[in-house]
Amino acid sequence: MEQGFRKGQGKCPQLLDLIRNHGDWRGKEKRVVKNGVEVEEEEEEEEEEEEEEKLELRLGPPGKEEYWVAERKEKREEPSLLSLSKVAKSNGSIPCFGSKRGFLQDFQQQQQQQQSHERKGSGPPTAHASASASGKAAGANNSSQRRTAAAPIVGWPPVRSFRKNLASTSKPCVESQNRRSENESEKKGLFVKINMDGIPIGRKVDLKAYDSYEKLSQAVDELFRDLLAAQSDPLATGTAEVKEKQVITGLLDGSGEYTLVYEDEEGDRMLVGDVPWNMFVSTVKRLRVLRTSDLSASFLRKVSRKRAANEC
Amino acid sequence: MMTYFPEEVVEHIFGFLTAHCDRNAASLVCRAWYHVERMSRRRVFVGNCYAVRPERVAARFPAVRGSPTSPISTSSPPTGRPRRALDRGLRLLPAAAAAGGRGGRAGGGCGGGAPLEELRMKRMVVSDECLETLARSFPNFRALVLISCEGFSTHGLAAVATHCRHLREIDLQENEIEDRGPQWLSCFPESCTSLVSLNFACLKGEINVAALERLVSRCPNLRSLRLNRAVSVEALSRILMKAPQLVDLGTGSFWVDHRSEAFHRLISAIERCKSLRSLSGFWDASPLCLPAIYPICSNLTGLNLSYAPAIQGSDLIKLIRHCWKLQRLWVLDCIGDKGLAIVASTCKELQELRVFPSDIYGAGSATVTEEGLVAVSFGCPKLHSLLYFCHQMTNAALITVANNCPNFTRFRLCILEPKKPDPLTNQPLDEGFGAIVRSSKGLRRLSLSGLLTDQVFMYIGMYAKKLEMLSIAFAGDSDKGMLYVLNGCKNLRKLEIRDCPFGDGALLENVAKYETMRSLWMSSCDVTLGGCRALAAKMPMLNVEVINERDESEESEESPSDFHKVEKMYVYRTIAGPRDDAPDFVWIL
Repeated sequence: MEQGFRKGQGKCPQLLDLIRNHGDWRGKEKRVVKNGVEVEEEEEEEEEEEEEEKLELRLGPPGKEEYWVAERKEKREEPSLLSLSKVAKSNGSIPCFGSKRGFLQDFQQQQQQQQSHERKGSGPPTAHASASASGKAAGANNSSQRRTAAAPIVGWPPVRSFRKNLASTSKPCVESQNRRSENESEKKGLFVKINMDGIPIGRKVDLKAYDSYEKLSQAVDELFRDLLAAQSDPLATGTAEVKEKQVITGLLDGSGEYTLVYEDEEGDRMLVGDVPWNMFVSTVKRLRVLRTSDLSASFLRKVSRKRAANEC
Repeated sequence: MMTYFPEEVVEHIFGFLTAHCDRNAASLVCRAWYHVERMSRRRVFVGNCYAVRPERVAARFPAVRGSPTSPISTSSPPTGRPRRALDRGLRLLPAAAAAGGRGGRAGGGCGGGAPLEELRMKRMVVSDECLETLARSFPNFRALVLISCEGFSTHGLAAVATHCRHLREIDLQENEIEDRGPQWLSCFPESCTSLVSLNFACLKGEINVAALERLVSRCPNLRSLRLNRAVSVEALSRILMKAPQLVDLGTGSFWVDHRSEAFHRLISAIERCKSLRSLSGFWDASPLCLPAIYPICSNLTGLNLSYAPAIQGSDLIKLIRHCWKLQRLWVLDCIGDKGLAIVASTCKELQELRVFPSDIYGAGSATVTEEGLVAVSFGCPKLHSLLYFCHQMTNAALITVANNCPNFTRFRLCILEPKKPDPLTNQPLDEGFGAIVRSSKGLRRLSLSGLLTDQVFMYIGMYAKKLEMLSIAFAGDSDKGMLYVLNGCKNLRKLEIRDCPFGDGALLENVAKYETMRSLWMSSCDVTLGGCRALAAKMPMLNVEVINERDESEESEESPSDFHKVEKMYVYRTIAGPRDDAPDFVWIL
């Protein structure tokens, strides 16, 4: 859905282009100022487009179109604003922005129309999908509705992070007895997948076995050190001479060859180490060990600087 | 005529003006009134911490004692993840310290500086150093209220407890506090007997229960106590025995074997609390423990069960039947429509209802729909504040609710699936929300959801004349939607928009409007960088901040073109100029 919005970018006549090409500008002016016939023609065109829009997805009452058309008529009668603004633009300030009938509006309307066409191309499928999904859901149970709905959206529903974290850490305790003597950690392990760049076989790691990022980082090193060595020199396996195995370091601060990232419950890829350990454990869904060179160098420098500062 | 009265008389009259807006209005009448008002103002409210420089606040109001400040809504919806959150600084604290010192010099008329007594912060980054500075600078400090803040730890709390000997209130609501050990409670000196309110429910770690019990014993004026999850039922019973005068209680972990002695002790302890009017907490509560509160339910005016997911519909129903005086109820949606019907028939005094989603991803077993809300509207005519997360809503239901409850001041409806239409008619919910704004003429805060076209904004612009805060997501068809709101809502202060097709046209049409508002937030809309730059150029009294979080992966060497759509944009009026504590990914235009 968000991708659909961005499709329109750069494909519509942009205001600044029009200002630079004085010819086009004046051309538009002429069309506007000329006799009623041309104005009407233009409006008809737009009305047709409007009709299409209406058929495509208008859900509001019919009165709306009239308002919109009337507004456009009014604007056509203010050509003087266009030239004023052209002069003003060169000075860097645009005095008529404060007025209600900004000159931008003409172009923006056109821009919008094109954008909205493109957007509406992707719009209706979503609207229909949700409509049909809700139709089904009337009888069906909620889980199927969830599957037909879109992927989880960032920051939706608008629940405070404090409450969201609670939702993931608290669990119904109907009959459990000595739970209070432990801290909140569950007795069963929390196994998440972990994959490393360049190594086809993944591993699983029990996050409950660790209580800090340092320990996790060490564990990752131990898990993959052998595999990494075998990868770089496949012939080494089986020979008596054991190759010097590279220790995997710098996973957390961007200083090593590899960096540890994770995917959270919303599906986003996050750098490991920002949040307190408990919060990390409650939101992590899987881990990845990526080559540091794949991540932007400047970004990692920032992160390591920040982390170093926090540790002081 | 008032200007002919001596200043002392005018000041005395102003003493009856307590509301900030009234004092602000009075200060605008003439120079004399401005002068009298500023010298006598004791409390300052700064809605947006970046709208004004702290030094200026201190200079204008040398007598300020308490500074309740509630800053900007920085992320809407809340992002929560630290790297994406805007950075904020506790700027007013040094100013308050300065005010304390400067009072004598600037005003002349207020004796040696006014010390800071109250501080209220929301969504700010507060450090332990700040808290320590505060505590050491103002030994007479009385009240600390921190809401949704972060950046500090229990060490900061220890500093406040140690140095502020006349502390009355520590209220920590939903903050992220680093746990550095339980000693902070032991830092309250034996001489501290003034506590009236203590809320540490959001603390995640263990606490020193013995120290807490001693503290409670020596504070006879304690009215409000909210414990965290680390406090057991046994400890709660002991505490309640020492503080039966409590009016507001947040329990700790509310689990105990219902066949045990401990459970019976809990019941006796609660029974003694005849003044208890409000309950919250119930961490890990099991339904079998709920009967412990039945004895005092009929006195309750406030009940928050939204942290207790194990308590399902039928248990909630049994409990609610006892709570006929309830005015404020916060529950999870596992109460179900049936449970809400019971609320409707029992809680005739209900004024505020919040129904939170128990499963954030909307696949819960029991949830609420429009039926529950309609039932409550029939049964609870005094309802004026609503926060309702549900799976579906219909126009017919909203119209019914609007007719039954014409007194809404806050109406926030969140249909979990974005852009979901009315399931009965497949229509957008324009008419339903239109009915709400038409009928509730005093509506101040509104949040929309579901499938919505520009039409709903036309209704809002037309009818919601008292509206101060509006939150919009996944709604509207064109710039007109946003313009209806900007042009129509005369009292609009805060506007938050995400994922709507509003672009530069809407942004730039009525720029003067933004100076009458506190702030505008737009994310994932069609506003371009060029549009933002135009706005910034046009309106010097506005700060226009653009947040682009992609600069990590994209070339940060190339500056994006003006056609680039901004991810997040925040515009607010200010007399402080651009702020200097913005992190890298915030561009100030």
